[in-house]
Amino acid sequence: MAKKAVGLGPLSRRPDNSAFKQQRLPAWSPSLTAQTVLPIFYILAVVCLLLGIWLLITVQNTHQLKVDYTDAGTCERCFELHANNTRTVCTCSVNFYVPRPFPGDVFFYYGLRNFHQNLRRYMDSRDDAQMVGRKKNLKAPSSYCAPFHYDANGVPIAPCGAVANSMFNDSFTLMYHQANGAEVQVPLYRKGIAWYTDKNVKFRNPPTNNTFSLRQAFEGTTRPLYWQHSVYELDDTDSNNNGFINDDLIVWMREAAFPNFKKLYGVPNRAQEPFTEGLPAGNYNISIDYNFPVEPFRGRKELVISMVTWFGGQNYFLPIAYLVTSGLILVTAVVLTTVFVKFGKNGKNMEE
Amino acid sequence: MGSLLSACGINVKKKKVEEERRLRANDREFNLSFKYANNAIKTSKYNVFTFLPLNLFEQFQRLANAYFVFLLILQLIPQISSLSWFTTVVPLLLVLSITLAKDLSDDITRHKNDKQVNNRKVEVLIDGELKTERWMNVQVGDIVKLENNEFVTADLLLLSSSEPLNLIYIETAELDGETNLKVKQALTLTGELCNDIQRLAAFKGEVRCEPPNNRLDKFTGTLVVGGETFALDNERILLRGCTLRNTEWCFGLVLFGGPDTKLMQNSGKSIFKRTSIDHLMNVLVLFIFGFLAFMCTILSIGNAIWEYQEGNSFIVFLPRADGANASLSAFLTFWSYVIILNTVVPISLYVSVEILRLGNSYFIDWDRKMYHVKSDTPAQARTTTLNEELGQIKYIFSDKTGTLTQNIMTFNRCSINGKSYGEVVDFAGQRVEVTEKTEKVDFSWNLLADPKFFFHDHKLVEAVKLGSPEVHAFFRLLALCHTVMPEEKTQGDLFYQAQSPDEGALVTAARNFGFVFRARTPETISVVEMGIETTYELLAVLDFNNVRKRMSVIVRNPEGKLMLYCKGADTIIYERLHPSCSKVMEVTTEHLNEYAGEGLRTLALAYKDLDEDKFAEWRRRHHEASIALEDREEKLDAIYEEIEKDLILIGASAVEDKLQDGVPQTIEQLAKADIKIWVLTGDKQETAENIGYSCNMLREEMTEIFIVAANTAEEVREELVNARKKMSPESGDEPPMEKSRFLGKKSQVVEDEKVDGEYGLVINGHSLAFALQKDMQVELLRTACMCQTVICCRVTPLQKAQVVELVKKHKKAVTLAIGDGANDVSMIKTAHIGVGISGQEGMQAVLSSDFSFAQFRYLQRLLLVHGRWSYLRMCTFLRYFFYKNFTFTFVHFWYAFFCGFSAQTVYDEWYITLYNLVYTALPVLGISLFDQDVNDRWSFQYPQLYAPGQMNQYFSKMAFAKILLHSCYSSLILFFVPWAAMWDTVRDDGKDIADYQSFALLAQTCLLIAVSVQLGLDTYYWTAVNHFFLWGSLSVYFAVTFTMYSNGMYLIFTSSFPFIGTARNSLNQPNVWLTIFLTTILCVLPVVAKRFLFIQFKPTINDKVRHKVKQAKAEPPPPPQRFPRRRISTRRSGYAFSHARGYGDLVTSGRFLRIPVKSRPALFSKNESPVADSTPQTYISIFEETQNP
Repeated sequence: MAKKAVGLGPLSRRPDNSAFKQQRLPAWSPSLTAQTVLPIFYILAVVCLLLGIWLLITVQNTHQLKVDYTDAGTCERCFELHANNTRTVCTCSVNFYVPRPFPGDVFFYYGLRNFHQNLRRYMDSRDDAQMVGRKKNLKAPSSYCAPFHYDANGVPIAPCGAVANSMFNDSFTLMYHQANGAEVQVPLYRKGIAWYTDKNVKFRNPPTNNTFSLRQAFEGTTRPLYWQHSVYELDDTDSNNNGFINDDLIVWMREAAFPNFKKLYGVPNRAQEPFTEGLPAGNYNISIDYNFPVEPFRGRKELVISMVTWFGGQNYFLPIAYLVTSGLILVTAVVLTTVFVKFGKNGKNMEE
Repeated sequence: MGSLLSACGINVKKKKVEEERRLRANDREFNLSFKYANNAIKTSKYNVFTFLPLNLFEQFQRLANAYFVFLLILQLIPQISSLSWFTTVVPLLLVLSITLAKDLSDDITRHKNDKQVNNRKVEVLIDGELKTERWMNVQVGDIVKLENNEFVTADLLLLSSSEPLNLIYIETAELDGETNLKVKQALTLTGELCNDIQRLAAFKGEVRCEPPNNRLDKFTGTLVVGGETFALDNERILLRGCTLRNTEWCFGLVLFGGPDTKLMQNSGKSIFKRTSIDHLMNVLVLFIFGFLAFMCTILSIGNAIWEYQEGNSFIVFLPRADGANASLSAFLTFWSYVIILNTVVPISLYVSVEILRLGNSYFIDWDRKMYHVKSDTPAQARTTTLNEELGQIKYIFSDKTGTLTQNIMTFNRCSINGKSYGEVVDFAGQRVEVTEKTEKVDFSWNLLADPKFFFHDHKLVEAVKLGSPEVHAFFRLLALCHTVMPEEKTQGDLFYQAQSPDEGALVTAARNFGFVFRARTPETISVVEMGIETTYELLAVLDFNNVRKRMSVIVRNPEGKLMLYCKGADTIIYERLHPSCSKVMEVTTEHLNEYAGEGLRTLALAYKDLDEDKFAEWRRRHHEASIALEDREEKLDAIYEEIEKDLILIGASAVEDKLQDGVPQTIEQLAKADIKIWVLTGDKQETAENIGYSCNMLREEMTEIFIVAANTAEEVREELVNARKKMSPESGDEPPMEKSRFLGKKSQVVEDEKVDGEYGLVINGHSLAFALQKDMQVELLRTACMCQTVICCRVTPLQKAQVVELVKKHKKAVTLAIGDGANDVSMIKTAHIGVGISGQEGMQAVLSSDFSFAQFRYLQRLLLVHGRWSYLRMCTFLRYFFYKNFTFTFVHFWYAFFCGFSAQTVYDEWYITLYNLVYTALPVLGISLFDQDVNDRWSFQYPQLYAPGQMNQYFSKMAFAKILLHSCYSSLILFFVPWAAMWDTVRDDGKDIADYQSFALLAQTCLLIAVSVQLGLDTYYWTAVNHFFLWGSLSVYFAVTFTMYSNGMYLIFTSSFPFIGTARNSLNQPNVWLTIFLTTILCVLPVVAKRFLFIQFKPTINDKVRHKVKQAKAEPPPPPQRFPRRRISTRRSGYAFSHARGYGDLVTSGRFLRIPVKSRPALFSKNESPVADSTPQTYISIFEETQNP
């Protein structure tokens, strides 16, 4: 209480005369008058319209091509093979046509449909402490990883958990059929496809040095059940892209929010002709090491080739949403104005 | 709570019901064997050891707290736990500790109060000598010695006193609110003990009496001394709560101590008050639980279907635990979702509600405009949990004496022989408002004048000095015709002990105008007339009673002439006047009307010369009648009637029953706010009616004022029904009950009935007793509630509570009781809100009240400003709080359809933990502590602004349903817009942004910004604090987010902060911000449009006043300076004298006077307290007061 010592003169218990205590703090009290509301609506309508148009033009100029290869072309065979639960290496290829050239940087994604990376138990089934390279955790995976934390012999799995276990493991080779009939392999640059923070902070290998190799560091662990290679052998072309800091692994480990998603696979190297200007139009062929089974969960696999602008990929939602919103606001604004003039009698009904 | 504790056997041990109390004086051993309660009182709830367990026990009885413990247990089951434990533990601990701290401080205050009372000192006779003891150590059977002006320690049997005839005087203001002194008398047998300690110590009387009860006016028991039995009645009993006055000392035997005293028994159980919003919230919380279960059921069914269709094929990637199948998974999912969606049952709501109520209570404590300078008393919110109810009051029950009036009578005006005095006029003959500055009449010529008496009209004193015979006769009458007892401690230092303040005022007036009543014996009255000592022989006192409404004295003046002086109600006197004074009568009537119109209490004064022979004859018959054994009263009345005729009218006096400052204005304001005021007073009907008029409650313009004063139940019912039929002819016999909501349970709520015109109802105590009987209650309620004003007279404390209870039970309305005395305690405790008038002597009312302040007029500020704001703030808070939590939660619901109903959260766990506690806590507190729709001056200007509160407009089930829909809409926007914007897109460098963590960040940022903007929309009053809280919270959100998603946090607490880098990688993307912007406009603009439309179509009173404020751009004009209302009246006040039969008997018997009066302390010594500023006070508008620092 604000009581001062009692008995200090006649006004000793008088409360302070501060603006705060007397609730007289200076304040701004806005209210919804026609002068403020109507202009805001009109201005917002215009702003949304302009944004919508700008975004629409941007998205219109962003090309994207999706090739569903689940059972297309020769992959049908692999698909059926998988469906019969035969796990043999299967290679297939799919032809597709790119109707117009993709200028500039082009991005290759693999897309999965109906694959739920966002199930709670699935998402929990990983051990970040292990993947940041802590020795202790490497050999003692978290119980969250169960049942993928130890193999049948009780050897710890690295990386443990359902997420890592189910890593996408198809690989692509993309061939461009030039107009002159020659085939050129599209050179894919497959590094730098993960977030900088993931690559450098979130995922780390257990400490190694010149004498202590990565393989030794992972000694005493085993590879995930569904993997064909151990974690330290994921990239046979670049030894620095192995272990937990393998780009593909990192990309996979960043779980998608929704069941249909695409993940970056690689970027064509534009240093090489004829890809200096981007991806030319024409016929292409992808040959696929068809490993990843999608038929159990009725999923689809696709290859997505996309351009990227400042606004990201090709997503028509925001431009259209802005245009629709702009329209709605405009309609509302007109209605409000009418009501204000007709029923509110220009504010006269407030004065009674 | 008390009953609950007793049910658990924790601190109330049920004793065997006491049937009779037996005790022996000076025999502790014997008395202790009965285990009677000693004199310690205990109002505190805990002690050091019981505090923690008891308090926690109580807290966990709160549904919400128990629920969160349950959640915590759920979270410890790994299969179910969808959120980490800290999301529940952190808020729960916070809630528990805040409540704990608050309860602790409350109980410490109670302990202090108890301690203060328990440690008062009193002298107790122990082992033959007087020892100073603390109150709490006093035992039943002890003999205690009380001294003048001391509080009575316990309920005592009076043994002996310093005064003659073993009389003592007590003031019972604390008990029943009456400030006039009462007399108690000890038995002669015990009186003889005097103050002889030896004999007192040897006194071995044994008392058998009734067990402890709460009847203040009744006592039965016997005292056995030496084999002889004496009956004991209420006359011998001193009750705790009284104060000894005018008596040097007295001895008493303790009969009841502490909790057994009638005072404590009367205070009743302290009822734990809850506001209607609390009740509504309980209902809503139950509904929310149902709703939660409903959502979880849908989601778990969804999960079952999903698991069956999809999950079975997904087990390749995510094997199930052993033995798990779709149905088990669905079962677990149900509980998982209970955890995730728990935010619909807002735990922090309770904490925030407590905090904002506490804050608003502080504003009441701090309000200088409710601080009374004269008594140095600030307003105080003693209960901090009822604030918003102050904004919903529909009925006010007010005490009269001490609350509406100051209980000070001043002689204000008089009409002498057709000439009116007392009005101050200026040179132009215009009436002038009497203020403190008005020049006062100088009475220094009169050595015996009372310095505290003021008068402003110089004409009267001039008339006295000029020796006008009528004026002299007038004051002579006032000096002679009364039953006042004088006291003169030192020469010229006169004190009058009057049974009613009116009489005191009149005699004091006569004293100042030169007719000083100085002394009386049974046979004579000594008066100093204009400096000359004169002695009148007192021959007879024709005493006052309720039927006669007049009193007369018959005296022989020094010249030997016989005179009869009479004063009384004008109507009564007029009937007995000599025809010759018809002319004076006419003028006097006019004056009387004028006085009555100003609310003054008037008396007509008349005299008569008596014939010696006729008088002798009359005297003989009078004597006969006075010794008659049968029908003595009637016979006396008839005799009196005989002689009191053919009187000559002198004039009339007008006494002002001084109202507290600003009472009429306050009542007018409250009436404008559509608050009904019932006055419940212990006074008699005339007085109460009079006050009703003078404080504007009863008005001449009223269509009719019904007076119910019947003697049988049937008559009372008839009068009530007649009144009702008159007010509303079509009202049926069956009360219109509200349709019951719950099946089977009959509603007891009576609906309001429509009435044209304004009516008033006055009901006397006798009728009220009948009307409060079970079968007539509803009839009374219906009739009374149709009236604008209700005045109940002669009401006992218990009846006061019954009346309040009646309205509480049958009306869906919030009640407030205001009073100052112990007689108001019961009603203060019963009403939803109890207000005590503080700053005066009695503290009982204040101690049991919820709010206290020094003056009735502060009530309008408490209700119209603080109450209204509190209600507004509370409702704004609740609406917003539910909105933000529902919106938050529903997003999870929508996400379930995308994540296989797997109980995955949309947001980061830390965000879930901190959303309510940190990110949105302060802004909403800011609005609910500082918001004002219009400032206090405008609130006064438009009392109609109060109406929405009474009608529960701002927060109701309907409003809740709207919030639900609004949240639903917002959550749809807040989930699906980010979803659609993100699901197939990438960052501007082609990398991932549709990942779970980025989406979570986007969704939570959208949500936070949308609800913050919504809060901005709800804020009427943007102080710097609001800005600081809102922008501060948003900044804190981003700061905390970046911190938690930083490298350092991840490397230290790897498993707790897996969102590393998400903020950096996604908040630099333009499409993220474009999404946030879009969701915000989509959430907010419809609200703006809707509000704008409503303002246009049907603006509320609020909108209109706010519009006016905008237009005026300044403060409202100050309220017009008002003169006291003049009333052209045909109705005059009656003889509003003492409550009971006068002192006439005592005066003539001379019982008082047999032994010369010892030097006694002043009777009304308390008149030197600030209350006694009998200076005519004028109402200073509360706007002007106390502004200057």
